[in-house]
Amino acid sequence: MAFRNYILVCGGTACESSKAGAIYDALVAECRAQGVSQDVQVVKTGCFGFCEQGPIVKVLPEDSFYVQVKPEDAKEIVSEHIVKGREVRRLLYDKDSSKKHAKVEDIKFYQKQFRIVLRNCGFIDPENIDEYIAREGYVALEKTLFDMTPDDVINELKIAGLRGRGGAGFPTWMKWNFTKQVEADEKYIVCNADEGDPGAYMDRSTLEGDPHSVLEAMTIAGHTVGARQGFIYIRAEYPLAIHRLEVAMKQSREYGLLGKNILGSGFDFDIEIRLGAGAFVCGEETALLASIEGRRGMPVPRPPFPAVRGLWGKPTVINNVETWANIPVIILKGGPWFERIGTPDSHGTKVFALTGKIRNSGLVEVPMGTTLREIIYDVGGGIAHDKEFKAVQTGGPSGGVITKDYLDTPIDFGSLTKLGSMMGSGGMIVMDEDDCIVDVAKFYLNFTVDESCGKCAPCRIGGRSLANILDKITKGNGTLEDLDKMEEIGGAMKKASLCALGQTAPNPILSTVYYFKDEYLAHIVEKRCPAGKCKSLITYSINTEKCIGCTACARKCPVQAITGERRAPHTIDPALCIKCGICLETCKFGAVEVR
Amino acid sequence: MRRNQLSIVHMKVNGMPVEVEAGSNILAAAKKVNVNIPTLCYHPDLPAWAACGLCVVKQENSPKLLRACATPVQENLSIITHDAELYQIRKTVLELILSSHPSTCLTCGRNGTCELQRFAAEFGIREQPYEVRLVDLPKDTSTTSIVLDPSKCIKCGRCVQVCQNMQGVYALEFIGRGDQTVISPAASLPLNDSPCIKCGQCSAHCPVGAIFEKDETQSFVKAVSDPDKHVVVQVAPAVRVALGEAFNLPAGTITTNKIYSALRRLGADKVFDTNFSADLTIMEEGTELVRRLTTGSGAIPQITSCCPAWTDYMEKYYPDMIPNFSTAKSPMMMQGAVTKTYYAEKAQIDPAKIYSVAIMPCTAKKFEKSRDDNMRSSGFADVDLVLTTREFARLIKASGIDFLEIEGEEADSPIGMYAGAGTIFGNTGGVMEAAIRTAYHLITGEELPNVNVEAVRGMEGVRSGEVDIKGTKVKVAIAHGMANVATILEEIREARVMGKEPPYQFIEVMACRGGCVAGGGQPYSTTDDIRNKRIAGLYSDDERSTYRCSHQNPEIIQIYDEFLGEPLSEKAHHLLHTTYQERKIYKH
Repeated sequence: MAFRNYILVCGGTACESSKAGAIYDALVAECRAQGVSQDVQVVKTGCFGFCEQGPIVKVLPEDSFYVQVKPEDAKEIVSEHIVKGREVRRLLYDKDSSKKHAKVEDIKFYQKQFRIVLRNCGFIDPENIDEYIAREGYVALEKTLFDMTPDDVINELKIAGLRGRGGAGFPTWMKWNFTKQVEADEKYIVCNADEGDPGAYMDRSTLEGDPHSVLEAMTIAGHTVGARQGFIYIRAEYPLAIHRLEVAMKQSREYGLLGKNILGSGFDFDIEIRLGAGAFVCGEETALLASIEGRRGMPVPRPPFPAVRGLWGKPTVINNVETWANIPVIILKGGPWFERIGTPDSHGTKVFALTGKIRNSGLVEVPMGTTLREIIYDVGGGIAHDKEFKAVQTGGPSGGVITKDYLDTPIDFGSLTKLGSMMGSGGMIVMDEDDCIVDVAKFYLNFTVDESCGKCAPCRIGGRSLANILDKITKGNGTLEDLDKMEEIGGAMKKASLCALGQTAPNPILSTVYYFKDEYLAHIVEKRCPAGKCKSLITYSINTEKCIGCTACARKCPVQAITGERRAPHTIDPALCIKCGICLETCKFGAVEVR
Repeated sequence: MRRNQLSIVHMKVNGMPVEVEAGSNILAAAKKVNVNIPTLCYHPDLPAWAACGLCVVKQENSPKLLRACATPVQENLSIITHDAELYQIRKTVLELILSSHPSTCLTCGRNGTCELQRFAAEFGIREQPYEVRLVDLPKDTSTTSIVLDPSKCIKCGRCVQVCQNMQGVYALEFIGRGDQTVISPAASLPLNDSPCIKCGQCSAHCPVGAIFEKDETQSFVKAVSDPDKHVVVQVAPAVRVALGEAFNLPAGTITTNKIYSALRRLGADKVFDTNFSADLTIMEEGTELVRRLTTGSGAIPQITSCCPAWTDYMEKYYPDMIPNFSTAKSPMMMQGAVTKTYYAEKAQIDPAKIYSVAIMPCTAKKFEKSRDDNMRSSGFADVDLVLTTREFARLIKASGIDFLEIEGEEADSPIGMYAGAGTIFGNTGGVMEAAIRTAYHLITGEELPNVNVEAVRGMEGVRSGEVDIKGTKVKVAIAHGMANVATILEEIREARVMGKEPPYQFIEVMACRGGCVAGGGQPYSTTDDIRNKRIAGLYSDDERSTYRCSHQNPEIIQIYDEFLGEPLSEKAHHLLHTTYQERKIYKH
């Protein structure tokens, strides 16, 4: 090591928005002020994944993992850790550890993880191509250009058994092979970075933390199938990822790794970025291609598949960011190495954005076959605030819910589909006892209804009809007949919608009706919301035995619905109450009750 | 031969073996064994859009449904088109569509011809199981030709595809998304401020009553009941071979004489024929062409100007072609002008009292009649009212006329007689052929030995060739379907930029595929098959005509003798010619 210490500062969007930039500046300034600039390199890396605890700062070689760091902490980190060699204990994740050093490998969040896609995230400066190259970057490209034939590359992917990470799980080698076999004057490579699931940020973090891995993989694909031009379709809401891609592309071109005559091989390949306006449906590949062409993003029927007739009618390989990020590693370590990771049906790893009522929300990468329980309880640290687990939603707004009976399901493409959900692109949202399942279904459905492109009738009208029925149910106006209607509409949508958006939009409803029928019946028959979420179905009242008349709730009530003398039990006027829940939060005596 | 064998695909539909041409879809394969698969968005004129979801079918041993409209046939494919599950899915989708469509069939212009109404009847829908939510947007009545009613739109996308792909106009687009999607011009502008050329192809392809011709039948009823009005009617060429379809006659049936008698029963004082003025147009436009070719006065190529949608398109998209446009008015406007001058004089009727009506296959004609002051060359509105074929059919039915049984009659004189050349104005290539017949005579002083100019006939969207007029070679081109015109005009522009000879000398353009026979105001369900039948009808009308060339028409000879003098005379120029101006694609 040229430097005695390295200070890695997380530069992912989440940490950046919690002042990681200022922390980085402060650390650089402190190192200079304290005269250690020559000994220390401060690096802004990609996402560490442990977003719950951000902003994160890691110091090497000790591997000290500092969490929730503030710019003010920079002085102490430099003066204590760098100058005096003593860890800043109060900033460590594992403050109480008796070990001399609190290493990353001791952190449970990371223990079950296995990083292929995120291998460089949190390790390298994504804006410095040398750091990528130092970790075997572009070696896979070199190998494919000089030591492998295109068929060798496809065969390696076939042995690896890599399947598309965008949701559908289509074998990647087959896609490439289709495109390779079609004769055409022009072919294209497209990276789908139009990540749109609520709460999902796997692709964003990968691009922010390791943009070169995607560029390298696309170039490999270009050489394999005979394409000279690639496009990265990314939503404009990802400015940091776009910036880092632009920097990475500029550096690659300067190094002769992109552009004309790559590495002297005679192969030309270049990449352009195309910004999406954030329409969810543009993640659907045919809509995405339409959008790149400058047309309205609406799906068209397949076949023909893009592999045969894609962008501007030319054969096009389109893969998702995570799929791309796997490619260089597979080429380097070989198909058999990858094939051994995971389950017989799904190989390699999967990145999930773990969010919701979970203790450790963040970005996790686990081998296929890891169970939901391991992800939620071991990696995720269990349910926040010691509440009870209710369900986990996988596959984003188009997925279904999975209940505690199925927590030991190993995650792979097949098993989640069997449970009525899907792998999707990797959103994983955990719900606890306070979540109303009807309300949750309504939330997801409203998302897909808003994001429907409006082209096909089943999705456009069916989605809205379902949403209206759910709204009726959460307002206490549902009927038992509505349950049948929802299944009827949902069934027609699944079968007759044009693209995956409409075909999967009913999943949250159909699966919640299946697993939580009681909760629906409570809303419909008893006009009651067991989780206390649906405003029309709940009433706030004050337990006169518990109320001591402190007046705190009355003072906070925004609509003066609470009255009562001091030191005497208060009452809530249901006619005035807007069910905002402030009284419940305010009362220290547990006197406010929701029914 | 080998190719032929390769292009046949063998598959099964509901267990029945089918041989079908490669490249066709499952709808076509099913049709071969007399199985109809319901669809609301598919139209044979257009590539499959796959929106409505009604045409879903099953592939044997596959859980996924296919859209019959968008799935190409494949060797050994085995398809199930109807079973209990498919019935239920289609019924649910249909009920969903009905939940966003007003149930105002009785007062809808498409009552009886609506495709959605037909499926609702066939599926026996008796109630609305899903909450009805309608689009609450006002009708767009901004144009003089077409009315857009967003509340009735089922977003099948046919109009958008027609407007963009067939016509290349791009006036209509999907705006908004999800269930907020509406079809309208960009930025929700009124249609009249958009690039719309009023061709009405959207209205002819709409499966429901969301896009509709502006109905003016009441104006006709009012006019004929006004004793002070002398109602004079002209009938366009293409109407006579399509109107019969509204009365269940086969497409292409010639109903000219029944139309004349029906008009008299409806109260018309005089019944003339636009075909007469088609002949008049040939006299003017043919002379103009010969003059441009022989004296070098005026730009080459000369481009036909009788299609008002095309004229509108040119003024918006190709204003640099204005010098190339024939200054001749359309036959309808010429007929209107001579009605209120020549006819009025001859019949000694005050032209102010004449109410001039045109029965047209076209919605753009409603716009054309008042496009500028040249349309008032008689000193009055040369044409007071334009009714489309569809409106005319309704008028006949509402008046209790048994169209199938009435005796045919003849048109009135002196502007009702026509040559075969005039009648083929209604189809693509017809104006060209009529012009060649007369140009030959004008240049050589002889009659064309074989008046059937097969070289310019056909349905290819763009056709070009060379016509030999006794040694004089004239390079001609024909385009129909507005999107096809760009191919030819770009060639001209390119030649102009390169300083080369123009590639053509005479060009015929018709906005609608097939020409006026498939105009935006014609009976519904037009397909290429129907276009061909209507065109065949016009050619047979031409064949059986006493006179085949415009210059032979005795009434044409008479009007020049008695009134106009000669083609391109000052009087002719004033009454029968017009000017053009550049127009903005978007008004604001």
